[in-house]
Amino acid sequence: MKIIGNGAEAVIALEGNTVIKTRIQKHYRLKEIDEGIRRDRTRTEARLISEARRCGVPTPVIRDVTDFEIKMEYIDGTALKEIINIALSEQTGELIGRLHSCGIVHGDLTTSNILLKNGKLFLIDFGLSYLDKSVEARGVDIHVLFQTFKSTHENHVELIRAFKKGYARTFSDAAYIIAREKQIESRGRYA
Amino acid sequence: MPYNCGHENLMSGISILGLEGTAWNLSAAIVDEDDVVVENTATYKPPTGGIHPREAAQHHANHIAGVIRKTLEKRRGRINAVAFSMGPGLGPCLRTVATAARALALSLDAPLIGVNHCIAHIEVGIWKTPAHDPVALYVSGANSQVLSYRAGHYRVFGETLDIGIGNALDKFARSAGLSHPGGPKVEELAKHATQYIKLPYTVKGMDFSFSGLATAAHEASRKYPLPDVCHSFQETAFAMLVEVTERAVAHTGKSEVLLAGGVGANSRLREMLGVMCNDRGIGFYVPEKRFMGDNGAMIAYLGLLMYKSGYRTEIPDSKVNPDYRPDDAVVTWR
Repeated sequence: MKIIGNGAEAVIALEGNTVIKTRIQKHYRLKEIDEGIRRDRTRTEARLISEARRCGVPTPVIRDVTDFEIKMEYIDGTALKEIINIALSEQTGELIGRLHSCGIVHGDLTTSNILLKNGKLFLIDFGLSYLDKSVEARGVDIHVLFQTFKSTHENHVELIRAFKKGYARTFSDAAYIIAREKQIESRGRYA
Repeated sequence: MPYNCGHENLMSGISILGLEGTAWNLSAAIVDEDDVVVENTATYKPPTGGIHPREAAQHHANHIAGVIRKTLEKRRGRINAVAFSMGPGLGPCLRTVATAARALALSLDAPLIGVNHCIAHIEVGIWKTPAHDPVALYVSGANSQVLSYRAGHYRVFGETLDIGIGNALDKFARSAGLSHPGGPKVEELAKHATQYIKLPYTVKGMDFSFSGLATAAHEASRKYPLPDVCHSFQETAFAMLVEVTERAVAHTGKSEVLLAGGVGANSRLREMLGVMCNDRGIGFYVPEKRFMGDNGAMIAYLGLLMYKSGYRTEIPDSKVNPDYRPDDAVVTWR
């Protein structure tokens, strides 16, 4: 078993072609609260990963879920941040459009959480995902992604334009969300 | 000798007078580059219930002349600028104090500096502790935010979606028959708890929410002993705050946490933040109590930083802003 990620909330290990995500204990909070949160979030994450796939968003196949642990398929792909171009950005827009049509907000959209494998984009890390159909939540979701475009990719203006094109193709409310994202940007908080 | 120059600069050092009065605490202070020279405070205490904005403003209007006079008596030399809280805060209180600040600046022939109240809490903490560039958890009656400096602004990484943690504690305390301010009484009662009662834990992305928690705690207090509900309220609310603080630390890669604001006096909150920081191997800093609640010294000190960076507020631009966000303020001193 190899540790491949270590976040604020969970440790990610790789065993063969299975990823094991374990939510770690937090000593600062009461055991009852700690275990409740870890159990609820583990269950919600697994559920949303499967639900996203039913909505046409490729995600890892879940192999097992226990109290604080999810075992899922390892997507042996390339992170979008290494290879992004106009066509892939448009394809990302379609992907997120399908996710949002389904009422799922990813909560941590970055070009590291989108992988390309065999010409297909996969969405990973649903650790902060939740169900929310509000314009604001979806607006923040795409805003966070645009921020990573801006901070790591030179041609972000074209990338964002392409994303919006794809997003509008798969999501009928896209125009409202795109307008809200502009407002969110002017507030300048989620940096 | 080079030391002479330094010494002379020190002797002719800068003095700033700061006025704070965003809520129930009216306070005036003079600071120089080394320390607080003098501070005087008059606190509005509601006879029953919570803070009434108009009555708090009336209190400030009645006491501000006396507080300023007492403070000026202890000045050493010239006042280089008058700093005041421009917001966020209660509109009537802000306007009363801003009016006094303008009059004082004119009579002292000193420039005016309008400061952001939230940032003053953080900067005074950085001044009075070894912290340099922390993730700050700022918790008071009306405000609950996780902030950190980056590229010209204090960024808000997470904040309350409804009411501040202090107001949530007060609201619950009042519904349970405890008098204002409720926070210290809830803390005291929590020490006698024997069980934890499940209450709603609401973290959405990087933000948190307290109004549902306050309501649920009120309902629970009809069925369970009050100490148990107080304990459960604190454990739930503070865990939410610490979780978002930890996420901001992980996201920014910073190695310090600073606790700021009046609710920072709570020893259970300090303990929980201390455990998180210890587990992550990072520094945790809390200024002494007089710099945690609203105080004039923090306004004067941020005024001093802004003054040295060349910042001035012209009278026509000195209008208060009850919703002044810390991320709207341009940081000119870092």
